[in-house]
Amino acid sequence: MKYLNTEKEQGKRIIITVIGPDRVGIIAGVTGILAANDINILDISQTIMQEFLVMVLIADMEKSKIDLSTLKDNLSSKGEELGVRIDAQHEDAFKFMHRL
Amino acid sequence: MLTIQEIMETITMVQEEHLDIRTITMGINLRDCADADPRAACRKIYDKITRLAGNLVPVGEKIAREYGIPIVNKRISVTPISIVAESSQADDYLIFAETLDRAADAVGVNFIGGFSALVHKGITGGDAKLLRSIPAALAGTERVCASVNVATTKAGINMDAVALMGRIIKDVASRTADRDGLGCAKLVVFANVPEDNPFMAGAFHGVGEPESVLNVGVSGPGVVKRAVEKVKGSDFGTLAETVKKTAFKITRMGELVGRTAAERLGVPFGIVDISLAPTPAVGDSVAEILEAMGLERCGTHGTTAALALLNDAVKKGGAMASSYVGGLSGAFIPVSEDAGMIRAVEEGALHLDKLEAMTCVCSVGLDMIAVPGDTGAETIAAIIADEVAIGMINQKTTAVRIIPAPGKHVGDYVEFGGLLGRAPVMPVHRFSAADFVKRGGRIPAPIHSLSN
Repeated sequence: MKYLNTEKEQGKRIIITVIGPDRVGIIAGVTGILAANDINILDISQTIMQEFLVMVLIADMEKSKIDLSTLKDNLSSKGEELGVRIDAQHEDAFKFMHRL
Repeated sequence: MLTIQEIMETITMVQEEHLDIRTITMGINLRDCADADPRAACRKIYDKITRLAGNLVPVGEKIAREYGIPIVNKRISVTPISIVAESSQADDYLIFAETLDRAADAVGVNFIGGFSALVHKGITGGDAKLLRSIPAALAGTERVCASVNVATTKAGINMDAVALMGRIIKDVASRTADRDGLGCAKLVVFANVPEDNPFMAGAFHGVGEPESVLNVGVSGPGVVKRAVEKVKGSDFGTLAETVKKTAFKITRMGELVGRTAAERLGVPFGIVDISLAPTPAVGDSVAEILEAMGLERCGTHGTTAALALLNDAVKKGGAMASSYVGGLSGAFIPVSEDAGMIRAVEEGALHLDKLEAMTCVCSVGLDMIAVPGDTGAETIAAIIADEVAIGMINQKTTAVRIIPAPGKHVGDYVEFGGLLGRAPVMPVHRFSAADFVKRGGRIPAPIHSLSN
């Protein structure tokens, strides 16, 4: 398992994706939840794909007291409120597929 | 740093193209559960399965959430029960099947494989009892899957066992007639069976395997289809390269999930099975990949060549992505579980003979095929004999999972629902092979020089 990014070496990096129609308050909504749970944002980028806003945040959960499952639930209900789809996944799901 | 395109590619694969981990399957050795008293043996079996696999389902669900990729099935494979039960005084092994069913229910898995026997050269006392118990076991349990290996390249074909399997399959169908012969969907007849296959119904924990192990089966026909559609009109080199790259990405997911699950469950990681496993969902079809390559319908001329390219490119890409590849590893072509295959049969493009030809170049074999209910046991045995002969000569795994649907005729449908899907009843040849099948004995192992 050594070649996997273990949580100790790399912190606990997650990738949060937001997909949906653009509107006021999306970034504030997402970052508000992250800040409240001591999750540090490392990078944000966004683009428009097929008329939808696609926003990707890379964040570090190492100091957070909640687990990924709880965070996913919180983000998901915020997404419903904002009319967009918000998901959070462990970074390895992407790194393992796209990087050797 | 990952790019936004890469992240979106992964998200699209899961959300729109049906990428999933088809199964994480825990293999469990049950040889130490043998006991002269069958009830004591069953108690040990139940205790061992529930102890080792107790966390399988919650761990699988947690990983699926963390990585954002569905793990569709969590399953268990065990040592072939013919080996475990042989030293018991039981004459009927139904009690062992019922124990497996209860254990599977207790830990929350939907299938448990290993009500199995390896009889490619001959049948022991325990094997014979297991084979006799298969019809009652499949009719009387919900989750138990059975498999029988009747041929290998090194041993030849045990035609006595093939003939017997023809009769057993008929018996299983009639005992589950009220469910369109569903029991037959849980019974696979193999040549050169792999010992580490995570896919049902043919999974069991082979005798060369460790105490327990975690194997993973990936999926992703929808992802491959979308990738193939993007290179419409390009040459075969580009096509093969595209499939390879896509298979690589799919397999990496399997490797990640498999290793993580093994670590959390405290068992060794076994293999990733890089099979393309279709589901009845539209867009998740192997037949549609072949059609995206330029065939008007799966089953027409050119299908075998297209499948050969697909299967080989999947293996090349998958082998690069995982440190251990095993199991069946190829493209599955089950009829009832693949919307494109069903359509091809309905439109008269795909017949049993072409499916048999396709199995020469891909994994497994005649899979989930419904034939008329009045198909004789000898005819089914002859279909099995043809298929295992392909495996024996070509040094590959082949298998038959066939449903002689009680009371059904060509043009009718069998409906199993869920991942098992629905299948149109396909015609078989009307000329008899009974005198051939009835000869008995073994077909000798083939020579592997002088190969033409």
